[in-house]
Amino acid sequence: MPARESIDHSLEILEPLLITHSRPGRNKHILPDPFKPCVPDELLPFMNPEEVRLPDVAEVETVRHFTRLARMNFGVDQGMYPLGSCTMKYNPKICENIAERIRNIHSSDKHPMHMVLRALAALQRYLEEICGMDACCLWPAAGAHGELTGMLVVKKAFQTRGEDRSVVLIPDTAHGTNPASCAIAGFTTRNIPSGPRGFLEAATVKAHLDKDVAALMITNPNTLGIFEQEIHEIAELLHANGSYLYMDGANLNAILGISRPGDMGVDCLHVNLHKTFGTPHGGGGPGGGPVLVQSELERFLPIPRIVHVPRELFTLSYSFPDSIGMVQSTLGNVSVLLKAIVYIIRLGPKGLLEASRTAVLNANYLKARLKDHFDLPYATPTLHEFVLTDKRQKEQGISTMDMAKALMDFGFHPPTVYFPLVVSGAMMIEPTETEPLSELDRFADAMLTIAEEAAQYPQALHDKPELTPVTRVDEVYAARSLCLTWDMLESKDDGAVSK
Amino acid sequence: MSIPDDLKFTKDHEWGRIEGSHLRVGITDYAQSELGDVVFVELKSIGTKLKAGESFGTVESVKAVSDLYAPAGGTIVEVNQELEQAPELVNQDCYGAAWMIVLEMDDVSETDKLMDAVAYEQFVASEAR
Amino acid sequence: MSFVPHDQADRQHMLETIGIQDEEELFATIPQNLRLTQRLKIPGPLDEENIRRIPQGQFSHVCFAGGGIYRHHIPAMVDALANRQEFYTSYTPYQPEISQGVLQSIFEFQSMMAALTGMYVSNASLYDGATALAEAALMAIRAKQIKRVLVTRATNPRFRSVLKTYLDNTGVKLQEIPFDMASGQVERFSLERLNGEDAALFVQNPNFFGILEPMDCIAKFARQSAFWGIVVSEAVSLGLLKRPGDYGPDCVVGEAQSFGNPPNAGGPLLGFMCTTKEHLRRMPGRVVGLTKDSRGRQAFCLTLATREQHIRREKATSNICTNEGLCAIRAALYLAAMGPRGLRAVATQCVAGAHQILQLIQQVGRQPVFKGPFFHEFVVQLDADKRKALEDDGIIPGVPIEYYYPEIKNGLLVAVTEMNTREDWKCLLENL
Repeated sequence: MPARESIDHSLEILEPLLITHSRPGRNKHILPDPFKPCVPDELLPFMNPEEVRLPDVAEVETVRHFTRLARMNFGVDQGMYPLGSCTMKYNPKICENIAERIRNIHSSDKHPMHMVLRALAALQRYLEEICGMDACCLWPAAGAHGELTGMLVVKKAFQTRGEDRSVVLIPDTAHGTNPASCAIAGFTTRNIPSGPRGFLEAATVKAHLDKDVAALMITNPNTLGIFEQEIHEIAELLHANGSYLYMDGANLNAILGISRPGDMGVDCLHVNLHKTFGTPHGGGGPGGGPVLVQSELERFLPIPRIVHVPRELFTLSYSFPDSIGMVQSTLGNVSVLLKAIVYIIRLGPKGLLEASRTAVLNANYLKARLKDHFDLPYATPTLHEFVLTDKRQKEQGISTMDMAKALMDFGFHPPTVYFPLVVSGAMMIEPTETEPLSELDRFADAMLTIAEEAAQYPQALHDKPELTPVTRVDEVYAARSLCLTWDMLESKDDGAVSK
Repeated sequence: MSIPDDLKFTKDHEWGRIEGSHLRVGITDYAQSELGDVVFVELKSIGTKLKAGESFGTVESVKAVSDLYAPAGGTIVEVNQELEQAPELVNQDCYGAAWMIVLEMDDVSETDKLMDAVAYEQFVASEAR
Repeated sequence: MSFVPHDQADRQHMLETIGIQDEEELFATIPQNLRLTQRLKIPGPLDEENIRRIPQGQFSHVCFAGGGIYRHHIPAMVDALANRQEFYTSYTPYQPEISQGVLQSIFEFQSMMAALTGMYVSNASLYDGATALAEAALMAIRAKQIKRVLVTRATNPRFRSVLKTYLDNTGVKLQEIPFDMASGQVERFSLERLNGEDAALFVQNPNFFGILEPMDCIAKFARQSAFWGIVVSEAVSLGLLKRPGDYGPDCVVGEAQSFGNPPNAGGPLLGFMCTTKEHLRRMPGRVVGLTKDSRGRQAFCLTLATREQHIRREKATSNICTNEGLCAIRAALYLAAMGPRGLRAVATQCVAGAHQILQLIQQVGRQPVFKGPFFHEFVVQLDADKRKALEDDGIIPGVPIEYYYPEIKNGLLVAVTEMNTREDWKCLLENL
């Protein structure tokens, strides 16, 4: 009888877990000790009699451990990171620099908070102007959090109207967060197909509209990089039906200063500061997902709101009775918000326009260099990103995954793969505006080399990558043998899991 | 791809083996190969009442998750506990050791609506196109 | 003016390769009526020196504010390492072959959080303590089809506020369990009448007032409810107090900003969730697992992804995608730098300091509002004028809480940490 796979203890280890460096007494960090370290007797019953289980490691070993780990990781400062719809652009250093200023401010420290709120109020105005919207809430901590906030606003608007609408339409090109956010906000979702040219057609929307439809969630440009050309007609159809148009701003980097969601008829959207406005992604956050709405929906925005008493201070107000309530403990990821402000004023209106125009130029340049060698599923012109597939290479048994992994050996992060779901074997490429021509060419050359290899020596591609810290990682083994902490690794030593 | 003659099949790629008033249920060879390496199987518990087409659990690979649908209405009387520890059985022996549940059927004649091996083979061929 | 690296010749070359004359042609798919015809009305471009000249507020050096966000010592190595580009400029580690640094660091974070809370497993982070509590309630709904969520009123009011927002459209009722005005602990009578079979129960410990809840007693009643969780708002308490997992909850959630993340005017924060083996597959958010590469070497990757939104979409365990990855790495760095004795010593300083300062405050005639045992925060009464005068002098005596608890007139929550110097407390006492 086959036993569940258990962790193989003969694995070669590149960088041991920190706990393996641990010996009692090795950590000699000196702490501030302004107080006589005595715990009152009445607290003794609440205390843990044992020492907490943390590694006891010398500072130099800890520093080297994490330095070695860092060197096993790829970052934007190292090279091109063309993840489609993720907008991995260069993160300007001045933004980090300025954000450090608020490091020691406690959110209850009123005087410096006044200056912080003044800056945040400015960011709200800039985002409103960039998006053509009337009001803004900065607190959502990431894109999906912004989506949820926006959909809660929509839900509340219907409740206030006395209507119980439960359906949100979502095109098949949407991010998975869209339906998931709708579900938490109490909606059911209905998938609708995008048209043969890669954008959503007004006729399709019309066919799905009824009095149960609360909203349509659209990403524009969509995840194929195609501008939703019928968005204005779609907005009018929705509005005539009493429904709202929600826009996922993940791809806003294509249209800064060129076209504004508000002018398209969007009622509510979120933007991703960690995509469009140059704040670093931090290996998975913290991000920033501000929500913008038209005036009709403003009163439902989360509390607190920043209010400016003329000739006085910027303060926070909780007196908005129609608000959906709070969505985050305090003010969201404030230091991320500050980085976004610095990014915006560092570039100014001309810089933002140049950024978007160049993002589109770079993507189209790459597409031009690659389109004769890979399958391009849609002929419709694209903006800041485009999608290729593995259809041609599949004939030699080479998949998108093989090509993505092969790119790593050329010193690139792979594009987004197997998304959007409407395209089989998708590779979604977004170079962003900050990639120099030389790097774009290097990437295109690498892709062409891989295409050549796929045709000539396909077998070799299955073994890629070879030059990375680890070779192809076994995700099936991870899921079957589930080891998620040091303790689980130790408890597997005695082979307790095999039957 | 293997399709045993003695089984009945659904359009969602479950198989059923009629054992008197009982129906033993699993997923087909085609289904397991489409899913790839199965890493987890979650099944509803014994005693659960199901209508035909209702979900009796989920099967997961690394990158996909699929609902499992009852080929006929009835009550779950047996659940294959082995799969919890050894989900890879679904890839190794989908018609044998990787059976998933046994249903006590409400109405045995419901199985008449299911496909036989020939019909299922044609169905799969049309899906693949 | 932007960070675009091209010169005019580069652009020309690119246009020729694309096969167009004018960049304008690239935007032909955007209908004319949707084009912006004027320049955006925003300031800039500004050079770096002009940006630096924008005035900034000075933070108050004498600060006894806590209430969910705490000032703690952060070892210099935390910044030195977290500010490496490989950590802060990378994306979510979807491609494990070139993301081992982030992955192993998060695995170590998960390991340390599970060890500190005494739970089976930790996720890779959530936005903050408030959304972590909300996610825990949603998890309880998925696990047990509960009808009510009960939460102690002495749980951080901001957390409760966010919880309410998240529960508004689930059809599940939110009820609060009152606290005892004398002790500041949960009211025993209400606890005894819980009848929680159809409910999930959440208790913050130490509670918002800094008071230690009678956890053994709470656990006895909590076990009768369908699901229960412990909320931790000051992670440093895990260095000294009994592990929350030892009381047998279904989950431990909360805020771990105190682990190596500065107050940052309110954020980013670090939500965490730890849970049991039973609930592992219902847990929201990412999780890193240990595995091997094709040459048999130890490696790490994201796992259990089928719970997540990109695969399960509307049926996912949460909508969360981007979390607080770098904050979790900072927490791992912090815990590694502190070690077992360091974390306990910090917690001890906090407890000792709070008790010593309260004693001195009592000597000048002020009494704490609650008599229960406390960790490193306590509530006193201080009228608003006096508080504002102190604040104007750069002394933050605490966080006013009357807005959340009108029954505690002029309530002020005072937090003491190892960052409060001898001069700080002299300063506070002289001015009270």
